[in-house]
Amino acid sequence: MSYVPSTGEQRQEMLRAIGMQDFRDLYRDVPREMYLDRPLDIPEGMSELEVSRAVSAMAARNTVFPTVLRGAGAYDHYTPSIVKTVPNKEEFLTAYTPYQAEMSQGVLQSIFEYQTMICELTGMDVSNASMYDGAEAAAEAAAMCRDRKRRVTLVSAAAHPDTINTIRTYCFGTGDEMRVVPMKDGKTDMEALREMLTADVASFYVQQPNFFGQLEDADAIGALVHAAGAMYVMGCNPIALGIMKTPFDCGADVAVGEGQPLGMPIAFGGPYLGYMATTTKHMRKLPGRIVGETVDHDGNRAYVLSLQAREQHIRREKASSNICSNQALCALTASVYMAAMGPDGIAEVARQSMAKAHYLCRGLTAIDGVDLVYTGEFFHEFVTTLPRTDEVLSALEKAGILGGLPIEGGVLWCATEKATKAEMDRAIAIVKEVLAK
Amino acid sequence: MKLIFEKSVPGRHCDLLPKCDVEAVALPESFRRQTPPALPEMSEVDLSRHYTELNQHVHGVNCGFYPLGSCTMKYNPRIDEEMAALPGFTGVHPLAPAYSVAGCREVLDTAKKYLCEITGMTGMTFQPAAGAHGEFTGVLLIKQYHHSRGDMGRTKIIVPDSAHGTNPATAAMCGFQVVNIPSAPDGCVDLEALKAVLGPDTAGLMLTNPNTVGIFDENILEITRLVHEAGGLCYYDGANLNAVMGVVRPGDMGFDCIHMNLHKTFATPHGGGGPGACAVGCKDFLEQFLPHSALMDEPGHLQVKSFAGNFLVVVRALTYLMTLGREGVPEAAQNAVLNANYLMRKIQGTFDLAFDRTCMHEFVLDLSEYKKETGVSALDVAKSLIDYGMHPPTMYFPLIVHEALMLEPTETESKETLDWAAEVFRKMYELGRKDPEYMHNAPHNAQIGRPDEVLAARHPVVRWQKA
Repeated sequence: MSYVPSTGEQRQEMLRAIGMQDFRDLYRDVPREMYLDRPLDIPEGMSELEVSRAVSAMAARNTVFPTVLRGAGAYDHYTPSIVKTVPNKEEFLTAYTPYQAEMSQGVLQSIFEYQTMICELTGMDVSNASMYDGAEAAAEAAAMCRDRKRRVTLVSAAAHPDTINTIRTYCFGTGDEMRVVPMKDGKTDMEALREMLTADVASFYVQQPNFFGQLEDADAIGALVHAAGAMYVMGCNPIALGIMKTPFDCGADVAVGEGQPLGMPIAFGGPYLGYMATTTKHMRKLPGRIVGETVDHDGNRAYVLSLQAREQHIRREKASSNICSNQALCALTASVYMAAMGPDGIAEVARQSMAKAHYLCRGLTAIDGVDLVYTGEFFHEFVTTLPRTDEVLSALEKAGILGGLPIEGGVLWCATEKATKAEMDRAIAIVKEVLAK
Repeated sequence: MKLIFEKSVPGRHCDLLPKCDVEAVALPESFRRQTPPALPEMSEVDLSRHYTELNQHVHGVNCGFYPLGSCTMKYNPRIDEEMAALPGFTGVHPLAPAYSVAGCREVLDTAKKYLCEITGMTGMTFQPAAGAHGEFTGVLLIKQYHHSRGDMGRTKIIVPDSAHGTNPATAAMCGFQVVNIPSAPDGCVDLEALKAVLGPDTAGLMLTNPNTVGIFDENILEITRLVHEAGGLCYYDGANLNAVMGVVRPGDMGFDCIHMNLHKTFATPHGGGGPGACAVGCKDFLEQFLPHSALMDEPGHLQVKSFAGNFLVVVRALTYLMTLGREGVPEAAQNAVLNANYLMRKIQGTFDLAFDRTCMHEFVLDLSEYKKETGVSALDVAKSLIDYGMHPPTMYFPLIVHEALMLEPTETESKETLDWAAEVFRKMYELGRKDPEYMHNAPHNAQIGRPDEVLAARHPVVRWQKA
């Protein structure tokens, strides 16, 4: 089964029409000695029914926890039904990058709308059509900020470890240096940052809320960074932005973030979405696709891939990034999510996530031996100490609850609007019970 | 079409969440947002109709012929979508304990096993999200390899001038100097030009084979041997793997590492530009340099994005691979090549072929002479095809052919579709001679006429603003 519609007879007819005997003739340029003269060592093909059974069996070997109190970069929010159905429309699903504007207005307009929504959420002037995920967007933002004189990238130690590592990898690529600014009490150490902001620093990246759930003093950081002449990159949780000060208002030059909470399933890590926005001043340095509005020759409003002079197919080795696609379907998902939620809905998701995380935190830290590790303001994640971590988490898992993530120095918990009071009470009771033993 | 913001009505909304069942917590004033984001305010029916309207103005593979060269726009089987939507996959947290993600690991391991066998590699990562991202990952393998040997003087990556723009951009992102070498007249690597640039500063060569004009480079073993002799490594850009999978393996051609676009060769949908997924494979001596997630796996490795990559796309690709299996994989490749050659010969006699020889999965038309005679350009022909419900081929690529149109029909088009497409090209050829003006103004029946791209770039309007 290979989804080839032409019948055996038609294939023969086509071979004859081009003067060939059999399929081997088609590969006459392939040197004989490298021709694979044996069947592939993979199983035989299967019918759709058999494949459906086999792959479903793999899915069944996973454990899906009905209650998820773990985040750390993958957040289990409620996905409205309409958000699942729209990206499944076959045209959106199977089209490619909208190179031909005349037959892609639907995709182009959806991206233009996405760009606008990201600008609204972040307060920034310009958004691109999206990046691969939050970590990669942060790495590309750091690259975008480097110029001839300023090559060093500073990253807060309180950022997501995968993000720090991805930025490090991109710096290794271009041979540039990344330095990690230490943290103090679970937040960026301001004194250390001040000292590390030397004349060769291109940018500083901070995550808000940070990996430990703590709220960074983003305005003060921005002021420090700008006073040193560097660019300020903020990685913000898009749900938190429903109620939190925008990166623009915090002084960010580039706003990036993991867009997964905007309607994408946690799905073992992907596909997710990187959003990326900047100010008008830096628009022409932004990597990735950007959709712009224009008119057609009759003066009708139309959308096109725009500002392409930045991109690899024009600039080749002089391009600052090799990216030539986006996560269009994920951007569409995020758009439908933001439109379904609206300004009030997204704020409500943020408020409820925050309220529930605080409720969970109060309940857990009332237990002997469970204490808050970092005591600053937090959004929907927090770190506690947890004696006998493995035992506690395992007891929670047996009850269908994925507890917090064990990290150095404690356990990182998360609650979203999906966690009910009853579920959290049960989780708290189990922790209490195990630790009372 | 109205924008979603133009349909927004203040106060309208969808009822989605229950009332909060715990006490509210106030965000301290200094962290609070000043004004709410002006997101659209819509009911569900508004949303449903808005996106249905947008969707009606998109040409997908399900709508009709999509011979976009080098993009492998093959049919995306529905069962792959169904499998990727299984709650057993979508509901799994990437940082859940190992025992609870056994099924996800099985998906990755099985896909790795199949794809290593197809490519002749031993190690593989699924972390990159797209082809360009995979190139970056692959070239970083080369960089780490040389560095690990203390061989710091290898600063150059060789790229043929027929290469996709991402190749030189990738090499530059990896800190290499790009050495472009001219192609031979037949579009293949010019061995003399290659020899002239090889040396102790050669880090590696990036190559597609079949190449970007759709021809299998018969000197491939000599090419990879020369690069290895000079101490460099060979990187295989898998953009064109659909032509040869199950027939000949990049590993057997002498390549050391490879990227594969799962969204091309392995039938996962392109999604209007993504998400794709990219598998990067390598020979055993490079495995230690493959990327890992700092949080999921272990620190100390490079990493190109978070977690394990676009996992649900790998589920789709694996479903496809299991469906095709041992005999279906080469069958798909052979029919992709058959379809390309059949369409090429059917079109021959109208527009010029850039290379009149057996092609692989795609071929290039060269309209330079035609343009000289009629004034009708490759762009005019491409835009005219839109009126026939056909997505235009890739235009003006590769750069070594002027007025290029590159066609890749893929194996999932029937003989009838190819016969029809050839007929449409013949009509275009004749129409251009009779009425070039009509073609300059095409398309005539699309939703919009040709957009003013210069205006878009000079006066960028990249978001909606309230009037």
